[in-house]
Amino acid sequence: MFQGQGIACDRGERRIFSDLDFSIAPGGAMVLRGPNGSGKTSLLRIAATLLGAADGRLLWNGSEILADIEKHRTRLHFVGHQDAVKGALSVWENVAVWADIRGAGDRCVDAALAAFEISHLADTPAQYLSAGQHRRVALARLVASPAALWLLDEPTVSLDAEGTACLRRVIADHRAARGIVMAATHIDLGLDDVELLHLKLP
Amino acid sequence: MKPLISIIARDLRLAVRQGGATLLALVFFVLTVTLFPLGVGPEPAILARIAPGVLWVAALLAAMLSLDRLFQSDFEDGSLEQLVLSGLPVGGVVLAKIIAHWMTTGFPLLLAAPFLAVLLNMNGEGFTALMLTMLIGTPALSLIGAIGAALTLTVRRGGVLLSLLVLPLYIPVLIFGVSAIDAAVHGLNAKPHLLLLAALTVACLPLCPWAAAAAVKLSLD
Amino acid sequence: MSMHYFANPTHFTRLAGRIQQWAGGLAAGLLIAGLYLALVVAPADYQQGETVRIMFVHVPSAWMALFCYSFLAVASAVALIWKHPLADMAAKASAPIGAGFTFLALVTGSLWGKPMWGTWWVWDARLTSVLILFFLYLGYMALWQAIEDSQKAAKAAAVLALVGAVNVPIIKFSVDWWNTLHQPASVLRMDGPAIHPSMLWPLLVMALAFKAYFVTLLLARMRMELNLRRIRALRLADRTS
Repeated sequence: MFQGQGIACDRGERRIFSDLDFSIAPGGAMVLRGPNGSGKTSLLRIAATLLGAADGRLLWNGSEILADIEKHRTRLHFVGHQDAVKGALSVWENVAVWADIRGAGDRCVDAALAAFEISHLADTPAQYLSAGQHRRVALARLVASPAALWLLDEPTVSLDAEGTACLRRVIADHRAARGIVMAATHIDLGLDDVELLHLKLP
Repeated sequence: MKPLISIIARDLRLAVRQGGATLLALVFFVLTVTLFPLGVGPEPAILARIAPGVLWVAALLAAMLSLDRLFQSDFEDGSLEQLVLSGLPVGGVVLAKIIAHWMTTGFPLLLAAPFLAVLLNMNGEGFTALMLTMLIGTPALSLIGAIGAALTLTVRRGGVLLSLLVLPLYIPVLIFGVSAIDAAVHGLNAKPHLLLLAALTVACLPLCPWAAAAAVKLSLD
Repeated sequence: MSMHYFANPTHFTRLAGRIQQWAGGLAAGLLIAGLYLALVVAPADYQQGETVRIMFVHVPSAWMALFCYSFLAVASAVALIWKHPLADMAAKASAPIGAGFTFLALVTGSLWGKPMWGTWWVWDARLTSVLILFFLYLGYMALWQAIEDSQKAAKAAAVLALVGAVNVPIIKFSVDWWNTLHQPASVLRMDGPAIHPSMLWPLLVMALAFKAYFVTLLLARMRMELNLRRIRALRLADRTS
């Protein structure tokens, strides 16, 4: 169970949102909606503990997340605007490096590449990839090392229809294994049983 | 421990793949040292006299110029936030990156230093001290520099600012490094100078990654 | 009354305005008295002649250079640990003042050096340390300037100030160490025999005048900063409404 209570966020001396409550049960998914500047990215970054909330509490199964930030970080995956893909490394290496750093080893790397249909690119240096392929590499990390909470910020940007379908399948599998997803998207991901959180402009 | 080694291995692999960029600091070091005989004249006695200072000042500048590689590209492509979110202590991540940085810049400088010392006609007595000061002192350059590199992450074209922040903090390393070599060259005991330099590096070891980690977290905020 | 009473900008502005007036008056009075004592009452030095009077500006400036950096470091620590909003502002406001005093100490030291050492500059341990301190101030102010988001700038500058504060004694020690190795024989030491009371009094009065001046300027700069932030907030509210 991932919860936020009374979350407030300040950016550049001004309040973007306040008194925000949410709660996502295992297997649940929450999609953030709202116009540009309404704080979707900020909320995801607060959930990832990259950004400090101006007010409020974040809870995981009832216990305070800020009490052990590193523990929380090990149980989450964050896919932001930037892909964190190194052009000098091959596709396989790009995925394996992060799985390795997160302590998962490279057991699931092949499965991760397969899930996003980029197995044939495994040995290609990432600098030769298109934007959509880049994104698939970034998303493959979700599968390469396990984490209970996925925080996805516009994950479908530059993905084609097949890529979006891959993502949908992967998210469904994750939720079937009682994983939690929190995502900001403009397009309909086609997920079942989604809770919507509408953010307004301040 | 193992994830930290993975980070070091990753940075080393990236450095090897982008070979040219890594060697630039070394080329800069060699080039700067070469400029001095051209500037002050080829008189062997004068060159021998200024050799320790020239080598250390050039090493200082070379290390400083390589600092933007430490975090900048990882910051720009989002890797830095992934590293912070890896669940490892951020100070540990920073330390791992500093170690990798030293292995790709400080260590090559250390290897090149004796050859340049020969070019500058440095007294033979000074070579051991030169290698020792480089071995002990260059890690401090990477450690202290990491703070400046992390603080200037969000600054566009932060190169000049970085030098303004970092160079004053490098002064003790320069002074103890050069004084140790000078002492050895003049047949004096270099040990007190070396011990002070070592004390400085040891003090930097826990403090600098901690301060740099605070600055890294800030840059992602 | 807690510290947070003064964290309220209105309370602070009112109180600061009142203190600023008093401190300003005090600074002016002390400065006039100090200059009278230093330039008229104090005797000329039998060795250095009239040039010794530079000391009455030089030494208090050098003290203030260090004092301001200590103030900056403490304010930064308070800002980082207790997140007190005024501490950031105090740190930011004190840096240019400290840099000014440091610059004054360097210039007067150089002016003093010409008649004393026959040269505008010597790499004396103290002058060198003060010069490095000046660079630390410049770095601190440049970092504030360079980061656009003022809250991020505040935190980054605070980290830098603390790193600098840890380093100041190390740098001072290393420069002393360097100087003893390269001590030029001709250099006179600035601290001669024990100072005579006729010179001590003007020195102390001038030092107090400088302190009062620092308080005046600090409060003026903090009030200005507060007003600037208020203007920014109003503009932002105006644009978004």
